[in-house]
Amino acid sequence: MIDVNVSLGPWPFRRFPGDTPSDLVARLRRRGVTQAWAGSFEGVFHRDTSAANARLAKACETAGSGFLLPFGSVNPAAPGWREDLRRCHETHHMPGIRLHPNYHGYKLSDAAFADLLREARDRKLIVQVALNMEDERSHHPLMRIPALDPAPLPEAVAAASGVKLVVLNRMRAPAGEALEGLARAGVHFDLAMIEGAGCAGSLMSIITSRRLLFGSHAPFQYFEAAVLKLKESAITGKDEENILSGNARRLLGAE
Amino acid sequence: MIWDLHNHINGLPGSTPDEHMENLLRFADRMGIERICVFMGYPFINEPTPEQLRTQNDQVLQALAHWSHRAFGFVYLSPQHLEFSLKEFDRCVRNGPMVGVKLWVAKRASAPELDPIVEAAASMNAVIFQHTWHKTTGNLRGESEPADVATLAGRHPGVPIICGHSGGEWETGIRAIRHLPDVYADVAGGDPTNGFVEMAVRELGAHRVLYGSDSPGRSYASQLAKVMGADISEADRKLILGENLKRMMMPILRRKGIRV
Ligand SMILES: [Zn+2]
Repeated sequence: MIDVNVSLGPWPFRRFPGDTPSDLVARLRRRGVTQAWAGSFEGVFHRDTSAANARLAKACETAGSGFLLPFGSVNPAAPGWREDLRRCHETHHMPGIRLHPNYHGYKLSDAAFADLLREARDRKLIVQVALNMEDERSHHPLMRIPALDPAPLPEAVAAASGVKLVVLNRMRAPAGEALEGLARAGVHFDLAMIEGAGCAGSLMSIITSRRLLFGSHAPFQYFEAAVLKLKESAITGKDEENILSGNARRLLGAE
Repeated sequence: MIWDLHNHINGLPGSTPDEHMENLLRFADRMGIERICVFMGYPFINEPTPEQLRTQNDQVLQALAHWSHRAFGFVYLSPQHLEFSLKEFDRCVRNGPMVGVKLWVAKRASAPELDPIVEAAASMNAVIFQHTWHKTTGNLRGESEPADVATLAGRHPGVPIICGHSGGEWETGIRAIRHLPDVYADVAGGDPTNGFVEMAVRELGAHRVLYGSDSPGRSYASQLAKVMGADISEADRKLILGENLKRMMMPILRRKGIRV
């Protein structure tokens, strides 16, 4: 089982059970995870993302070599982002990067986002875009993060055709035709923040199991939620295999 | 044994209460949920008129007609219409099959109109469920904070009252009700944020924490995960998943001759 959505802590506003790298790795292994794609909360909040990414790479190596795959944070609204991208790829040998547009203050229609998608594509990096981290109703009152408008995503993806894009923490949008179109264009989605009785099955019926990834958003969220969503929708067989690991392995180019 | 405190017959495909129940229970069955509490009909109305309350309660009565072996009904009342609400309580609970009261967002729970409703419910040992949220983005005009429930509970010592969603932003919500031993925390209806149930157990004791989902708006999976994934003892997990709710409901179930 490959969890494509975990983060190394700490989160600024609370501690989570199991939010140290070694504890997180132990808990994930106990639950049957064989590999986890790790971003960092530092990468969300720190302006010196270069240092945050270097620490992330080191922490992954120390706490879970071969188990934790680091996904560095790149902020295309910040000066010097191309050097961050280069280091993620060439220095830290990361398989991909993780973006936080609403925390980093840019829109998906910004030219720099499109540039970043193209350059990441040319480096064959996976690009994870986190649409949310936390329900905006629960944000710390002194740090309210604006919601991200996902509407420009299809156009941005079309302009970077071939990019390996993964949408994390989708709540309700994109939906409808935009969602179908993104899936057809090869965009993947994770299970972490979808909601509603039978939500995994509903999403799968639109995007197919080839576009759905097992992501838990641990340790921010209880890991069990993603597992139980598959059970709630009675997803088994080839669909389950695609979601739990097949799709992630294909994105990594491992098969 | 899993009993789910918080369900609605609104949000899944279906044109009758029966169809809604069937669709809901298909998912509940997969998760091993034995019983569900159901309240409010469709569509959701923030400030319902008496006629709308009656229609919605009729929908729940209809749902119970065929599913009383799986579901408990709570009557939807509004302190904006106190006289009507007391009569509706009599129709649906005192003289009907329902076993609890649902109060939503029409008026804050600290308002004096809540007192006669709480007294009526207490006279029948009916479960009292008050929605609360503490929203950074701002509450609705009549939407209760956990602090409103604390104020209400302070006027009715000894009467169990459930603080719905634990305020959503539970770190504030749990603190607001901590000093009131008869106020219970519902864990339903927010994201499965890690540490929620651990904090509730630490600050309130497991006997004051209740599992609910707010399905179908929420996934049974994400809400069960809060309890299944929490670092708590197996004994505490059992209390939260069903034993606490059963203990709370036994007096009214016995009174009505409902066997479980
Ligand atoms: Zn609800």
